[in-house]
Amino acid sequence: MSFLGKKIPVHEYIELSYGQVALAAVLILVNAAISILLHLKMERLLFIAAGRTVVQLLMVGLVLEWVFRWEKWYAVIGLGTVMTMIAVWTVLYQRTWRYSGDWFASMTAMWLSAWSVTAYVLALVLHGSAPWYTPQYAIPLLGMVLGNSLNGIALGMNAFTESIVAQRGQIESLLAVGATRWEASREAMQHAMRTGTMPIINSMLVVGLVSLPGMMTGQLVSGMEPIQAVKYQIVIMFMTASATALGTVLAVVGSFYRLFNQDHQLLIHRIRPVDRRAAR
Amino acid sequence: MLDAIDLTRAKDGDPPLLIHRIRLSLRAGDRLALIGPSGSGKTILLRALAFLDPLDEGAIFWRGEQVGGNRVPVFRSRVVYLHQRPDWTAGTVEQVLREPLSLEVHRHRAFSRDRIVGWLSRLGRSASFLEQSTRDLSGGELQLLALMRIVQLDPNILLLDEPTAALDPTTTSAVEGWLMDWCDQAADRAYVWVTHDMVQATRVSRRVIRMERGELVAPTATPSGLPQSRRYPSQE
Repeated sequence: MSFLGKKIPVHEYIELSYGQVALAAVLILVNAAISILLHLKMERLLFIAAGRTVVQLLMVGLVLEWVFRWEKWYAVIGLGTVMTMIAVWTVLYQRTWRYSGDWFASMTAMWLSAWSVTAYVLALVLHGSAPWYTPQYAIPLLGMVLGNSLNGIALGMNAFTESIVAQRGQIESLLAVGATRWEASREAMQHAMRTGTMPIINSMLVVGLVSLPGMMTGQLVSGMEPIQAVKYQIVIMFMTASATALGTVLAVVGSFYRLFNQDHQLLIHRIRPVDRRAAR
Repeated sequence: MLDAIDLTRAKDGDPPLLIHRIRLSLRAGDRLALIGPSGSGKTILLRALAFLDPLDEGAIFWRGEQVGGNRVPVFRSRVVYLHQRPDWTAGTVEQVLREPLSLEVHRHRAFSRDRIVGWLSRLGRSASFLEQSTRDLSGGELQLLALMRIVQLDPNILLLDEPTAALDPTTTSAVEGWLMDWCDQAADRAYVWVTHDMVQATRVSRRVIRMERGELVAPTATPSGLPQSRRYPSQE
């Protein structure tokens, strides 16, 4: 086991030029060729998707360059706010069932879960010489947490609303014999919590075996020692797991309070399905 | 026991009123039949009496106290609404019967198999009915199960929404007799029975109320010539 004593040769990462990125863009021609050969008629969509990838990421890059250079706490808070609002909007857009006032539940769930967990990690786990608002840590961490919490919230709220609609008869037959609103909706809530948190638990089970997480890949490419990258990844996994659970429970409980009132009545008329065709 | 004052429900606050300023009092021993054309608001009224939907106006008083908030579950364990189309999670008949007993308000009750078996034999079913899966039950058998499920909770008032609509004539008359007996077995019991059948209405009730377009109209007199139940003479 003598190789463990040997220092790992760490190379500086290769600075990419735009020409090199263009070389990578050749790869997307594979998709285009497949689409044309098999008459999938996806060329247009593919073109738009590839274009958006480039434009969106470049714009984010510019904003990040600016915030990283500026290093002011209010710039970080401001960017974090924008990111959170986009996440909330994404949740609402992903819904298959809507109810009046659902934006409030997803908004509070998203803010509280992502910001409290990120704050905990920045203030206690990554406690060091750098101030808490150092953009290098705050922005990517918040982004990872938002991305996962978003899925939990969207899945949880959809599952909850859907089971309320599907099990309306059972819920009402329980309410009619004296169940409290908690007793009547317990099954729907448990189902929604499981649905919302299952993906993150599954990814904790297979992380590293099936694929390397994107963040860890990035750190390895940029020259970080593998064990360090792994430590960071473990922190990230626990962060996202707890934020997802917190976000899901807040979203489901928030939905519960919108759909059942204090008189233990089910307000089914607040729920309506989302017509995707009308939205497009 | 139950006083409903000016119950009003409008559809999303718009003019077409579902029920309009309904006043109704139920006293111990009341056997009330509610008739009226489809869409006249009978189901909405029964649901309103069980406080299952938010009221736009009006209030419900149970033994003199207004119903609301944390008093609601206890109230609904006393005044039970029977859905027109019962719906439960899949399971055996016994599981469905036991389900309400796990609720906080009914936790002090024990499941009484003997009592259920007694009712079953009166309704022409054997004890093996308890082991059947609810998926294999007919519409009529589901109604019997729904009735036993709530009667076993010893409520004071039953709000019955067409409880025999899916039953054959023999079972219908068995159910009528069973529920009338249930009502007479204790002093503080009453029911409201929604039906489309005027003959049934006069058979099972002491008072018939007619509903039209969301309002109660003057009690209909029993039409002469209709057969009165011989087995259950009026006890007034």
